[in-house]
Amino acid sequence: MNRRNFVRAIGLSAAITACFASPFAYAQAKTVKVGIMHSLSGTMAISETVLKDVALMAIDEINAKGGVMGAKIQPVVVDPASNWPLFAEKARQLLSQDKVAVTFGCWTSVSRKSVLPVFEELNGLLFYPVQYEGEELSKNVFYTGAAPNQQAIPAVEYLISKDGGGAKRFVLLGTDYVYPRTTNKILRAFLKSKGIAEKDIDEKYTPFGHADYQTIVADIKKFSAGGKTAVISTINGDSNVPFYKELGNQGLKATNVPVVAFSVGEEELRGVDTKPLVGHLAAWNYFMSVKNPANDEFRKKWAAYAKAKKLPGADKPLTNDPMEATYIGIYMWKQAVEKAKTFDVEKVIPAVGGQTFTAPSGFSVKMDEKNHHLHKPVLIGEVKADGQFNVVWKTKGPIKAQPWSPFIAGNDKKKDAPDGKTKI
Amino acid sequence: MRITSILLLLLFSVLARPAAAFDADAVRALVFGDGEQQVAAIAALVADGDARGAQVLEALAEGELKTSGKRILIVQGEKAIDAISGAVLSAPHADAEEIIANNRLRRELAGGIAALKLASADRATRLAAAKELSGGAAEAMLPLVRKALDREDDPGIKGMLEMIAAAMEIKSSDREVRIAAIRRLATSSNRDTKTLLLGVLERKDGAWVEADADLRAEAEKSLRVVEGQLAWGERAGLAFAGVSLGSILLLAALGLAITYGLMGVINMAHGELIMIGAYTTYVVQNLFKLHAPGAFDWYLPCAVPASFIMAAVIGMILERGVIRFLYGRPLETLLATWGISLVLIQAVRTLFGAQNVQVENPAWMSGGVEMLTNVVLPYSRIVIIAFVAVVLACMWLLLTRTRLGLFVRGVTQNRAMASCVGVPTGRVDTLAFGLGCGIAGLAGCALSQIGNVGPDLGQSYIVDSFMVVVLGGVGQLAGTVYAALGLGFANKLLESWSGAVLAKIVVLVFIIIFIQKRPQGLFALKGRSVEN
Repeated sequence: MNRRNFVRAIGLSAAITACFASPFAYAQAKTVKVGIMHSLSGTMAISETVLKDVALMAIDEINAKGGVMGAKIQPVVVDPASNWPLFAEKARQLLSQDKVAVTFGCWTSVSRKSVLPVFEELNGLLFYPVQYEGEELSKNVFYTGAAPNQQAIPAVEYLISKDGGGAKRFVLLGTDYVYPRTTNKILRAFLKSKGIAEKDIDEKYTPFGHADYQTIVADIKKFSAGGKTAVISTINGDSNVPFYKELGNQGLKATNVPVVAFSVGEEELRGVDTKPLVGHLAAWNYFMSVKNPANDEFRKKWAAYAKAKKLPGADKPLTNDPMEATYIGIYMWKQAVEKAKTFDVEKVIPAVGGQTFTAPSGFSVKMDEKNHHLHKPVLIGEVKADGQFNVVWKTKGPIKAQPWSPFIAGNDKKKDAPDGKTKI
Repeated sequence: MRITSILLLLLFSVLARPAAAFDADAVRALVFGDGEQQVAAIAALVADGDARGAQVLEALAEGELKTSGKRILIVQGEKAIDAISGAVLSAPHADAEEIIANNRLRRELAGGIAALKLASADRATRLAAAKELSGGAAEAMLPLVRKALDREDDPGIKGMLEMIAAAMEIKSSDREVRIAAIRRLATSSNRDTKTLLLGVLERKDGAWVEADADLRAEAEKSLRVVEGQLAWGERAGLAFAGVSLGSILLLAALGLAITYGLMGVINMAHGELIMIGAYTTYVVQNLFKLHAPGAFDWYLPCAVPASFIMAAVIGMILERGVIRFLYGRPLETLLATWGISLVLIQAVRTLFGAQNVQVENPAWMSGGVEMLTNVVLPYSRIVIIAFVAVVLACMWLLLTRTRLGLFVRGVTQNRAMASCVGVPTGRVDTLAFGLGCGIAGLAGCALSQIGNVGPDLGQSYIVDSFMVVVLGGVGQLAGTVYAALGLGFANKLLESWSGAVLAKIVVLVFIIIFIQKRPQGLFALKGRSVEN
């Protein structure tokens, strides 16, 4: 009885407050829906789950400070389950049913290619947070990850340089799908321009989820007898764990044959014994080990959030590059909305260009006015015994993205800005 | 106070200076210089052979060399030593920044430290140093290696040192020395030797880089010998990879050889029982981490029986609860077990999450044994091959030498007759199914050591398992063994020849054609068969 009375009293008082303070209550109730579309199950869950969590963290943070233009952000989380056609369905649901103002999502290029027509048809807005192969520009997408010239090309340049070991032969090793194949096509052209002969480049692919790297590591060893060799790995997903285990077990040391990876970060190395892997490299635009106030704050916030939400792995909270890119994307969208003074996609898109944000990488990154890509710094790190990375090389400042790589024929004629049509 | 400390410092440096030819400038270049200067500094410090220089180099290799402003410190735990003056500093240096050594620097460092260690009195230290230098040493180390060579009396180390010296002398300016070095290198089986010899035979724009034809001929001769040796190593490595993959296929298929091969149950949930074995290993590992971190390296011996029992119990429940009602109806069995597999996957997802879990190798399973210079056999794979052999032997004994084995064979050959002579066929079915599932659990335990452990683990092995059992001939244990090893070898041979993606396709096409021509598999039961 007591409880019922109590509930009634609360309800009544709430109703009264609502009557008297209706304008205030209205402002409180105003929300804006935002879509979060990352695979929470299936093969890509290993990488994408944390992106969903960091997006929710950023949204909590923005809401705690009053939201965007007085409106609280209401996240709509969908799980496309590493199933590429399902990505398109979920995107359609977010845009036409939930009417989200913006969506943050996708990891693999094949999932992005799947949702792209939906976003263009329904005039949605997508922020894509992962490094990718370029060769795409859409009016409806902002790319906060790296283009090839912000990751792959500088990394290979470093390997060729004296400090990077002066590599003369290259093994291009990847998972068999669009991103590694396109990246390797660009890299092959780049290596040729550097005077590396065809016979000194070996391209190898393995299927998704490949787990037996004995032959591949033995082949790398054999190949390396012909001259100073470096391996460029575009292996994606959980295959990286058996690959690095095999490297360690077979004693292929970084001082002899360095492996530089484009899809391996702190999170992927979580389950691997990194002591035999010391010195292998990764190229990103951010590492957890970077020292600067913005990163200290980012790491602290993430650790606190992971602990509060009891996320798996909260005992050893790790941040990585795509998490940083997600975080930047959300804030850039907020700033653009505040500049445009509306959630209308048509007006927000021009406002995103030119936005700047003090990123945890320690640089003030800017969204290019035209080409929908971020100006980002490039960092190359070496694996340490504790699974973190030592930055051994970095650019002086952020560099502009080239979504149309000059190393692919015909790209010089393409415009560095979306023209409203899809170019897949 | 400050004055006294400065005086003390001065005193220290005055005392320290004359003691040895310590090159403070080299240390400064090592810390503050760019890549080139750092490499030169390492060479200078090694050439000095001074103990304090060696200490600085080792500190850099260990990540103990730090800077605090202009000061260079060697920080070991609470203790800090000024690298230049040698003074022991008591104040904590939390703000000190580590000097990062990149791959190039680390390679030079390792060579330099090893070269210094060649002077050690301890044989094991010298041997380790010589091994390190065999992996490629900087030319600046040649005088040190020569000196060590004069002193060395151990024939093993001496041989290694001669190779190391030869590898450096190949770039010497004296023609005779070079030819001698090239001849000596022919006996080496090191991969780097091939690189060196290829360097002599390099062509640029159609012309030889090395003008001397005799020298080239010698290099060619040596290269052929070295390549011959390397080729043997590669063959051995390939054979091992084939056996290793074959043993994994066998382990995954062995359980199915009982449940499908002997009992005729098309068990689509077989892969999920492997997955349950792997997750049981994960749970046991976590229990050890929590309650007995000291004995962590020995969690595997506990995980083996645990994963067997866990998978066997789940298998027996399945048999009693679902499968026994479906004997003789293969299509329904297939559908039901497939449904069960989905249920098991989702259950594990709910319990442990959709992400992969980490199963760490015990320390004794990481690394490998070096058979030849270019072949390393990883311990984890050796252990698994041995484990498969033991499981196979146990299963063979169980089926041929025990009463249960007799019953199982009896029931599968003639159920009605077995029942008539008093064999409890129902119970035998349950136990046999449990045994098959238990072995699947063991497979999961072993696979957790080399691959990823996630809810989808079983899916990637179910096709391979059926392939092996069908290829070997249903109902035949020996056939399963041959089929698994044969597929392992074929896969590895094709992989080295055509890449992993194509190898998989070729193997599948081969099996399709084979089954068309010979549906009963490699080894068929002769006479009146079980399938009547």
